[in-house]
Amino acid sequence: MTKKVICYLNQFFGGIGGEDTADYEPSIQEGVAGPAAAINEGLVDAEVTHTIICGDNFMGSNTEDAIARILEMLEGKEMDLFIAGPAFQAGRYGVACGNICKAVKEKFGVEVMSSMHCENPGVEMFKKDVYIMDGANAAARMRKDVKNMVAFANKLLSGEALMGAAAEGYFPRGCRKEVFLEDKHENTAAYRGVQMLIKRIKGEPFQTELVIPEKDLVPIAEPVADLSKARIAIVTTGGIVPVDNPDRIQSASATRWGRYNIAGLDKLPNRWDGGHKVIHAGYDPAAGDNDPNITVPVDALRQYEKEGKIGKLDDYYYTTVGTGTTESEATRMASEMIPHFIEDGVDAVIMTST
Amino acid sequence: MVKTIERAGFPIVHMCNLIPVATTVGANRMVPTISIPYPLGNPEDAPEEQYKLRYHRVGVALDALATEIEEQTVFPVKI
Repeated sequence: MTKKVICYLNQFFGGIGGEDTADYEPSIQEGVAGPAAAINEGLVDAEVTHTIICGDNFMGSNTEDAIARILEMLEGKEMDLFIAGPAFQAGRYGVACGNICKAVKEKFGVEVMSSMHCENPGVEMFKKDVYIMDGANAAARMRKDVKNMVAFANKLLSGEALMGAAAEGYFPRGCRKEVFLEDKHENTAAYRGVQMLIKRIKGEPFQTELVIPEKDLVPIAEPVADLSKARIAIVTTGGIVPVDNPDRIQSASATRWGRYNIAGLDKLPNRWDGGHKVIHAGYDPAAGDNDPNITVPVDALRQYEKEGKIGKLDDYYYTTVGTGTTESEATRMASEMIPHFIEDGVDAVIMTST
Repeated sequence: MVKTIERAGFPIVHMCNLIPVATTVGANRMVPTISIPYPLGNPEDAPEEQYKLRYHRVGVALDALATEIEEQTVFPVKI
């Protein structure tokens, strides 16, 4: 049975007009327009049934409204795949493609895809949610981009096994897929690892199986000038919280953090005394439940405060759970803690992790 | 999180067990802890022993906060 594909184009590629028509409100038409025609030509056992056109400015300035209208147009339509673009380096268009693809996927559960140049802001914003083919930076490469889109589209439509971002030509989505190789000696990790090492020793090119992201170093902060006058705050990712976990911090993949008063405490009371406990799901909580100071060292810091080594142990400790928590969530949580540090006059921070 | 806090200008020291991870991610001041489930106190040891270790390593961390460094530094501990 022929599969059904619906395409999304902006006002320019849809043939409506140039910048002057960037406010074009979304429309849907049967059949093809612009590059959707070329896409249609290349599809195997599938056809483009409808093409949606929307002005980049309209989508950009009224995103919710535009999406709502388009989703309504798609209501009840048979659809096996939704293709937006190619957007090349056009920023508004790329973001529009990303937005509509993500919305269509969420609403209808169909596969979605687009194509853009690596510099298109739409890539960073949507590569995790949408298959975005690694495209050219100018419409002069339309034929090539369409060819790549169609090849991938046909794979998605036929259900053929996908071979990962690099092989298929889309931007890595950050998903890892486990693949079982044929059970033979040359496929074992040991063999692959040694082969890689041999190449490396010989100075031959080799391809790592796990790409380690580039280091992003932060300028070193100036040291504390006078520790004996400094206010020190504790932050932990060890998931130590008051026993009732008042802020309902999640035990994994945390998106919440807490700030808890420790004023006047010589040490953190443990779980059994109704004090603090471990909610972190990534390690055995027994030791931490018994003595949370092993992760949030209030006792040691209070001692140093009494001795005058530090000026003050801050009245609050800050906590969240590190396991499964994404970098972006962690970064956000840390940036939400910072205004508190500033307001409370914190001079330096000790962060403990488990 | 360490980097976000340091970017805002706060000297920060990361006390953690997986120092190579912290180094790769890009923390500047680091002090090793003894394990994952009990960073600063082994439950097999007597409480006084645990506290001694904790007091020492936290002391190293505090000194790290007050130490000028030129590059990522792991501060050594004695116990």
